[in-house]
This record gives sequence, C-alpha cells and structure tokens, in this order.
Amino acid sequence: LRRVLGWSPKTTVERIIGVSALVLAALGPLIFNDYWAHQILVETFLFGIAAASLIFLSAYGGMVSLAQTALFGIAGVIIGNLATKGGPGGTSKGLHLGWDPNLALIVAIAMTTAIGLIFGAIAARSAGIYFLMITLTYSVITTYFLGQVTIVSGFSGIGGINRYTPGWVGDVIEDPNRLYYTALITAVVSYGLIRYLVRTPFGITLQGVRDEPIRMRSLGYNVPLHRTLAFGFAAFLASLSGVLYVWWSGQIAPGNVDLPETINLLVMAVIGGLARIEGAWLGALAFIIIQNYVRDFAFPGLGFGGTLFGGSFNTVIGIIFLLIVLLSPDGLMGIWDRAFTTRRPFRRGGPTVEASASSG
Amino acid sequence: VRERVRLPRLGRRQAPLLLVFTAVAFAIAYVLFIAQPPPETGGGSWRTTTFGSAVDDPASFLRIVLDSLTFAGALFIVASGFALIFGLMRVVNMAHGSFYLIGGYIAYEIQQAMTGEGFAIPTNEVNTWEWVAPLLVAAPCIALVGLVVQQGFLRWNQGQELRQALITIAISVIIADQIIAHFPRATSTVAQKFGGNAVSLSWPGWTDRFIDLHIAGVQYSLARFVMLGLGVALGVALWLWLYRTRTGMVIRAGVDDQKMTSALGINIQRTFAIAFALGSALAAFGAVVWASQANIASGQDGQWLLNSLVVVIVGGMGSIFGAAAGAILYAFVLNFSATYLPTTGTECCTQYSIVVTFALIALVLAFRPRGLFGRPG
Repeated sequence: LRRVLGWSPKTTVERIIGVSALVLAALGPLIFNDYWAHQILVETFLFGIAAASLIFLSAYGGMVSLAQTALFGIAGVIIGNLATKGGPGGTSKGLHLGWDPNLALIVAIAMTTAIGLIFGAIAARSAGIYFLMITLTYSVITTYFLGQVTIVSGFSGIGGINRYTPGWVGDVIEDPNRLYYTALITAVVSYGLIRYLVRTPFGITLQGVRDEPIRMRSLGYNVPLHRTLAFGFAAFLASLSGVLYVWWSGQIAPGNVDLPETINLLVMAVIGGLARIEGAWLGALAFIIIQNYVRDFAFPGLGFGGTLFGGSFNTVIGIIFLLIVLLSPDGLMGIWDRAFTTRRPFRRGGPTVEASASSG
Repeated sequence: VRERVRLPRLGRRQAPLLLVFTAVAFAIAYVLFIAQPPPETGGGSWRTTTFGSAVDDPASFLRIVLDSLTFAGALFIVASGFALIFGLMRVVNMAHGSFYLIGGYIAYEIQQAMTGEGFAIPTNEVNTWEWVAPLLVAAPCIALVGLVVQQGFLRWNQGQELRQALITIAISVIIADQIIAHFPRATSTVAQKFGGNAVSLSWPGWTDRFIDLHIAGVQYSLARFVMLGLGVALGVALWLWLYRTRTGMVIRAGVDDQKMTSALGINIQRTFAIAFALGSALAAFGAVVWASQANIASGQDGQWLLNSLVVVIVGGMGSIFGAAAGAILYAFVLNFSATYLPTTGTECCTQYSIVVTFALIALVLAFRPRGLFGRPG
C-alpha cells in the first residue's frame, strides 16, 4: 500500500482509523444506545468544533485563544434572542423577536464572526502569552456582559431555544437523529474547511506569521490583518458550535461561558493536543466521557468517601489536565505521534526552546 | 530646529487619536456638567444618571472619587503581585485568583478562631491584633503555596510561557474545586455552607467610623482610607525594595536581561523564588484587605484574575508603576461607569458598565499594545 499510494505507515494507520471512526459515527444512532448517541456523541461533535477552532488558532496562528467559549456563547445568545417567541408558553428572557430560524441562524453566525473580527483586530498586535491574557479578558467580560445586560440574557439566560429550530433540523426531542447528523456533518465540514484553509496561500502565510512575524512583515505581509482574519474564521467555527449547542441543550446562560467553561474547552483542546486538528474531537470525547462517568468511579484508599480529597469532577479533570501538560504538552495526539518516531528521544524543550534556538 | 517645534499637523495618523481625545473629553464633561439627576416625574433622557453631574451633586461625586481611589488601593495590592511575577519571569500566573481566594479563607478561619464570634463578627469586637494576625499567617501560607507551585511545576519549564500558563490554569482548577469542598470551615450550618459560601472578615474596631471631610458635607469611611493607605504603603515599600536594595537591583536586572544577569554570577533562581513567593503573598494580602471591606466567596477567583489581568494589560505588562496606573484607571472606569452611565428608568437591572471596561482595554491596546507603561520587547 505504501508503494501504491505513497503513504507512510503512520498515515495509513491514521487514515484507516479516521475512516472507521467516520463510519462508526455515521452509523452512530444504530450502534450506540440513546444516551451515548444523543448525549455524549452530539456533545462531542459540537464541542469538538469549538475545540478545533482553538487548535486551529494555536497550531497555525500561534495564538492560544480563550475567547472561543465566549464566541460560542455569543452565537447561542444571538440565536436565542432572534428565533424565540415570547408570550404564553414562550421563553422567559431575551428579546423574543420570533424571526424565521434559518434567517436567525445566518444572522447569528454573521454577527458572531463580525464580533470575532473586532476581538481579533484589538488583540492582533499581540501574540503568545499576551494573546492568551487578552482573550481571557474577552471571555470574562462576555460572561459579565451577558449577566448584567438583562434585556438580552441576564444571569438565568435564555431557555427553550430548541423549540425554534429550522425545519431541516426538526423537533430535536421527538427526532434527535436529525440533529445528530447535523452536528456530525457540521463537524466533518469544519474539519475539512480547516484542512483546506491551511493549504491555501492565506493558510501558508498564516503559518509564516506564526513562526516569523517580523520577517513576514518585512516581506510586505500585513501581520495583524492575517491574525485578525484567522481569528474571524475561528469565530465562525465557534459560532457553528454555539448554534448547535443551543439547539441541542435548548438553553444558554452566562454560566455556559464563564471561566470554568472556558477552561473546560481549553482542557479538551489540550487533552487532544494543541498541534493537530484531529485532537479536538478526540479531546472532546475523552473530556465528556470523564465528565459523565467520573461520578461512578471511586478512588480507593484516599479517604473522603472515594472522592479525590473531597473534590468533585473538577479536581479529577484538573489533575488530568496537569498531568497532560507536564508529561505530554501535545496531548493524546502528541503521544500518538511520538509512538511512531521512537528513534527521536523525547524532548523536554518543546516548541519554545526549538524556536529560540533556531532564531538565536 | 524649526522643523521640530512645528505642531503636528492633522494627518491620517492623528485622526483616531483625536477621536479618542474627543470621546474621553466628552465622558469627563458628561460627568462634570452634562449629566442630570432623574426627574421627579419619572422617565428620563440620555442625560439622566443616578446622581446627576458633579455640579448637581458634588457630595456624591466626591464619594465616587474616593470609592475609586480606595478600591484602586486594594486592586493595586493584588495586581502588583501578579505584575511582579509576570514582569520578572514572564509567567502569567493564572492561579493568582485562586491564591487570592485561599488566602482570604485562611485569614477568615483564623479570625474566626481568634474571636470565636461565629458567622458574622461585629466589627467593634475585633482589635487590631485580631486583624493583623490572620494577615501574618495567611500571607506566608500563600507564599509557601506559591513557592511549591513555582519550584515543583514551573521551574523546570522555564522559557515555555504557554506551558507555564497552562500549568497554572490546571492548578487553579484543582484549587477552586478543593476550596468549594473544604471552605469555609467555621460556618456551622449546612445552609450556610451550601447556600453560597460568601464570608467576610472584619476590620479592626477603631476603623469603624466616618471621617468628616468638611467638603460638601461628605463623611467617609475610615476603613476605606486605611485600605488606600495600605495600598500606598505597599507601593512605596515595593519601590524602595526594587530601587534601593540589592535584591531589587537584581530583580530589575533580571527583568531587563535574564541570561546576562545569571552570567554575571547572580543566582537568578533564588531571585525567581523570592519574587514568586512575594507575588503570591500579595494576593493573600489583597484578599485580607478586600474581604474585610466586602466579602469572599468561591467564584471570585475568576473575578480577581480578571481584575489583575485588566490592571496589568492596561497599565503595562510587568511594571510596578504600570500596575499603580492601571489600578487607578480601572477603578475609576469601573466606579464611574457604574454610576454615571445614563439610566432611562425603564430597565431595572441592566448595567452596561462592563462595556466601558472592555472599551478601556480596547483603547489602550489599540494605541499601546504593551499597555501604558509597558516597554516593547
């Protein structure tokens, strides 16, 4: 096969795994039980898109953004305000504009992308750690904004949005399979779009900006513009994820975009691996399985009734996160990559040391 | 010479700057003259605010100026620790808010144990020692926590800024969860423990009075002046330490050029450890101060991380002057936008003050990407 297609063994294995995962996902509602298919897998698909937008910015733009959760929430709140209807049996909060769901969908995605472009433009002259700090303030400010501005959301948020889905998604409670396939197709398309974008001239330039911003600038490229556009694209992906989320769960509140949720998305991306897009869905699946099943699991011999020092799920996820960051900064995908490159010893340095060594 | 003294002409470059100046000037004019108190008949226009302009109600205006200044004192105490760590080591300590929270809870437990008063301690029953002792225990405790984090996790990842930030995020997740599980210990009933674990420390009894300022009949809380005084004292102490002692000199040298400093035979690792421990201890110091004025509750770690981030982003990444300037600017924007934004009276609870905070960050970053006092590089 290697001689025929020119693939390395690793690529072959990866493609076989990828195709089988896709087939498995396509047959999902037939194979898995209701809980797995319509809770865990749909959640994995949609959070995977948001995590993929984070990984895209990190892997190809050198920007680790903590604003993806905020953009996800903004899209959800916009569609919640536009599509829902008030009155008896309607939702409690929001503007209840009662628009056509398809129009609301398009406007929500467009507005979130525009907000993403503004966010990106403000942060675009920073990179690395500064970018992380600035996007974290975006995230926290969005949470407070949604909480304080009661006409659009308020602390309790908007509920019942899943009753106002477009016709092609249908009733998500009576017939959840259509939402399942919508989420799956959106995830696959998002993945394809990222893979396509990074091969375009824009994507190549973006990677140049990631590695050598000063050189790219002296070559005549507009560095802040490329970062801004990349951020706008990531905001677009995050908005897809946010829309799917409100259709799936029916509600959106400041609690869905607060600091713990922001960190959860980062944990998904880091568990999967900040260097490869595939890691997004892998990390999301791992995170959501841990989130759903850690309650059933006891840690014997530590006291506190089997919990980790009296903590909840978050202590477990924090420790896993810490171990991943300390032992394998590239996450599960990094472990996988390293398994195939055994000849090269495990480097402690990581990308930063490599970069400073090459530039200095 | 004539070329140099000529006033800058209005070109494309100056236009946005002029726009910003106009906006800021309008905001100041609005607060000073334009705003009006709400009419007695109800309703209102874009000029309607809670108190009206500074001319209408000088007492409220003065009170908000003092609120801002004194809050800036507490902000500075917390954020200077964050700025110190970031400036020297390029470590964004995402666990700073968590350190703040544990520091506050430790101090609360000690004050509870010392006074034995139960859930709410009357201020007049607390003497100075019962306020200072919790501080003297909490700050070293958090310094130790910071030292363990720095030596155990961050030291061997030096130079990898992102990985260090992720490590501190992981630690903050664990700490936040453990705080919910274990604090506050002194509250007795289940309802108190699960109905939001907000608790507050008490200022010493002698601060529980109002000072007559003899300006517009304003009486202002002594405790808040003490808060400002502590902030100023800390600022002066930090300045003396950084600019008048050998350790401070080494730290400033480390900020400028880490490799050269260690090449000169200076043990920069020891300096890092000192700075990290001190920076963490300042989070606890700030927590004791602000928990005495307001309260402390789980979930505030995010809020204080935001406060520290905004102060450092606005003021300049990693400078003490920047932290002071950022704290004052942020405190003024926060307090004034909460009071002087137009209230039309139709919406009961909507507040747009957070938008002004965002505008502040956006404005500063648009013109100075490294903050007001930040240096490029």
